[in-house]
Amino acid sequence: MIVLLGVLVVVLGFATKRNPLLVVAVAGIVTGLLGGLDPVKVLAAFGDGFAGSRSVTIFAITLPVIGLLERYGLQEQARALIARFGKLTTGRFLTLYLGLRQIGAAVGLTNVFGPAQTVRPLAAPMAEAAAERRHGRLPGRTREKVRSFAASADNVGLFFGEDVFLAVGSILLITGFVNTTYGTHLEPLHLALWAIPTAVCAFAVHGWRLLRLDRHLERELLTAAAQSTTTAEANR
Amino acid sequence: MIKAEWFYWLVGLSFLVMAAQMVTDRGNPKRFGTGAFWGLVGAGFIYSSWVVTKRAPAEPLGAAVLVMAVLAGFGCTGRGTPRTTTPQERTASAARLGNRLFIPALTIPAVAMACALGVKHLSIGGEPVLQQGSETILGLGIGAVAALAVAMLLLREKRLSVPVQSGRTMLEAMGWAMLLPQMLATLGTIFQVSGVGGQVGKLATAVLPKDSLYVAVAVYCLGMFAFTLVMGNAFAAFPVMTAAVGWPVLIGHFHGNPAAVLALGMLAGFCGTLVTPMAANFNIVPAALLELKDQYGPIKAQLPTAGILLGCNILIMALFAF
Repeated sequence: MIVLLGVLVVVLGFATKRNPLLVVAVAGIVTGLLGGLDPVKVLAAFGDGFAGSRSVTIFAITLPVIGLLERYGLQEQARALIARFGKLTTGRFLTLYLGLRQIGAAVGLTNVFGPAQTVRPLAAPMAEAAAERRHGRLPGRTREKVRSFAASADNVGLFFGEDVFLAVGSILLITGFVNTTYGTHLEPLHLALWAIPTAVCAFAVHGWRLLRLDRHLERELLTAAAQSTTTAEANR
Repeated sequence: MIKAEWFYWLVGLSFLVMAAQMVTDRGNPKRFGTGAFWGLVGAGFIYSSWVVTKRAPAEPLGAAVLVMAVLAGFGCTGRGTPRTTTPQERTASAARLGNRLFIPALTIPAVAMACALGVKHLSIGGEPVLQQGSETILGLGIGAVAALAVAMLLLREKRLSVPVQSGRTMLEAMGWAMLLPQMLATLGTIFQVSGVGGQVGKLATAVLPKDSLYVAVAVYCLGMFAFTLVMGNAFAAFPVMTAAVGWPVLIGHFHGNPAAVLALGMLAGFCGTLVTPMAANFNIVPAALLELKDQYGPIKAQLPTAGILLGCNILIMALFAF
């Protein structure tokens, strides 16, 4: 039971807002030592962990080209483009993105979209520009909210799309684990079929929330505007 | 054969070059700490190639990783002066170049798609063109390199230092968050080796009454959800919860449809991934990339969706899997 102290370190560290990198390092050391690893083994575990997980940082390879394009106005052009589609509100645009992301993931194209390659340079500025067209310049908090929802559309689309594809990691993990552990012959196709109902629910639920974001923004910006007028009047 | 390691070296090399730029940037009050951090990450990326093939010891790399955590954790890293364009220049440049700016940006997804669909199946002289099992990494890597070439031609930009400087600015803006996913992957491995999974599985079995199907379904799904919150990854939770509850109780005792129970259990875990800072690559890295002040912004946006979908998974399993 004592190894669960490592989990406690993580929870406390995040709750007290310490630097996450440090929290995770300490939790790893604590858990490793309590779990009976000697200090050298713990060091080796950190080394092996870093070496074996480099694929999650591979998106850094896109940063130079994205940075270069942003220097030449990519985000500005993304904003200009969305401005031509008058009917495309923030919510409608992000719902469209959610759908595309989900379909892409469902046919196995998980890396075609992503936070570095599509959300930062394209989807987030487009969502912001759609809101700005209706409401004018966005206050900082509202801008953060729109960007957060752009990131959420990417994640929800990916998570609940990829399992519909047969050869994705999670499906292979399920079949690999139960077929070797319990000696069954589970077909990836059946697992993928059972992922469809949740995929439909995910699009309906998150799409509905994205569409409601439009009304939410409207209300939030109206109150913000009303507040600034009252303070302006009070100051007079 | 095009290998994934080549692209890890390319990333490592660009981190090293960026680290050199950081050290010489006098606009950054913490230029040495910042440069040391990214220099170590870059060198680690290259050294790792020998660690994964067991031709070099992992311990020195582990020590370097802990130094990185200390540098970042005690605030020794910072941001330099971005060498970039003003908003006015960007607007003017966007007006001049128009939609041509999208061509390089869309080259990345287009090449990634081509690799996933076509090039994957190609082979020359019996040897596959792309290293097998690494097609997604290769698609992204080849796409990024191709996009950079297209962008430099299109923009008539001759100096390679310009994209590297732009990339460095983005790297400094993201800071330590970039490294968190790899650190968490390590923690996951240590948790597994130390038997944290088994303990959580025991807890789940202890609270499980044997006679109620609906309670068992809820325990399996909520267990996947909660375990994923802690581990940051549904893949780590799945074997433990399935061995404790999913297989023996739901499939063995209540005769559930295995495909339905296991697929929905995994998806219940994904709901946990949506709301945990431990899944840093999905939740914290995007917040850093989008330069949000609130690093939990994406999690807050996802929280209600995750809750509703967890309920959906439990309902679908309870109604249709038995």
